[in-house]
Amino acid sequence: MSAVAALLRREVWLAARSRSDWLMPPFFLVVVVTLFGLGAEPNDPRLARFAPAILWVANLLAALLTLERLFRADHEDGTLEQMVLSPLPLYLVAACKLLSHWLLTGLPLVLLSAPLGAMLGLDTAAVVALVAGLALGTPCISAVGGFVAALTVGLPRAGLLLPVLVLPLIVPVVIFGAGAVRSAQQGLPVDAPLYFLAAILAVCVTLVPWVCSAALRNAVD
Amino acid sequence: MLQIDRLSLGRGDRVLFAGLSVALQPGELLHVRGANGCGKTSLLEAIAGLRRCAQGGIRSTPDELARHWIGHRNALSPSLTPRENLQFWAGLNGADAGAADEVLAAVGLGTGVCRRAVRSLSAGQKRRSALARLLLQPRPLWLLDEPLDGLDADGIALIAGLLRDHLHGGGGVIMTSHQPLPAGLPAVRELALDRAGQP
Repeated sequence: MSAVAALLRREVWLAARSRSDWLMPPFFLVVVVTLFGLGAEPNDPRLARFAPAILWVANLLAALLTLERLFRADHEDGTLEQMVLSPLPLYLVAACKLLSHWLLTGLPLVLLSAPLGAMLGLDTAAVVALVAGLALGTPCISAVGGFVAALTVGLPRAGLLLPVLVLPLIVPVVIFGAGAVRSAQQGLPVDAPLYFLAAILAVCVTLVPWVCSAALRNAVD
Repeated sequence: MLQIDRLSLGRGDRVLFAGLSVALQPGELLHVRGANGCGKTSLLEAIAGLRRCAQGGIRSTPDELARHWIGHRNALSPSLTPRENLQFWAGLNGADAGAADEVLAAVGLGTGVCRRAVRSLSAGQKRRSALARLLLQPRPLWLLDEPLDGLDADGIALIAGLLRDHLHGGGGVIMTSHQPLPAGLPAVRELALDRAGQP
């Protein structure tokens, strides 16, 4: 347990020293969503119809900004080698890194999305569906993105490769997440798309740390 | 303590060495020598468990985790201080994080240096910070890849003292170094890998 705490504490220390790293995704989200608002006609009701897609895609792209560096710095300075040799199983190391990515990047995006959704004209029920969907979907983005980051950690120019590989894999999350908001806008139940998101999250939590650890072990071999 | 039997290692299509057999006894230092690219680092990585062996095997006692590995890279996060890096490694390995200051002082790093970010330290100070990991918790086998790189005369003497204490305590060391080994180390044995990678 102390090893897990040490890993999470280190991620917080690193984030505190590199403020631009964790401030960039929220800033990107706010700028992109605001630009959509400014680009549309004032009080255009169509903006609320497109808001689910705008918010989900902006969240996805914002979360991708920091994923490339999730394992890269540790790989370059030799920390990853020592993590592989530590008594803590590598899948727990990977799980802690993914959890810290979500806490430092995904969670602020979820919290920011509520006022941004209201800004784009979403009603209260739609904002609740948006936040619930993002709360389930952004950990999936961290997990899938983290897996691809682990796969590409030893490759040059992985930053270009990462979005190309992650975006197709994350399509179901965006479909169900935006679908939940659209259902709420139409007064329909939002349970089904949220259950699908929860199922995807369960699969990610169960499988990704293990496949991530295999990819990381391969990277140091 | 460690037995290597007919070990073969390769990198890509190239065979680094084949049929290497060597044993390490407690209290012994094995100095691996050879030209650049002959497989010294790969041998240490294989012993550490970071590299798969093509053939042969490595047996060790008492267990897999009872070894320290200090590679070319120092495993220090540049934005953290040496103290924070050491506290992290102590926490991850189940050692006492409160001992970080003490072990950093033991490798000659004072309080002022320990509170600066690693990125602002000299190469020698970074190497000392990395070598301080050896003292966080006792492990019988030390695997050191060019541990003297970047160290000044005082640093080399200090590391020589650590090696002597470890060997006198019954520990074993396998290390590579292009520099001459410090004088006065007990039970040093040489292992030369030639350019063709043959022992």
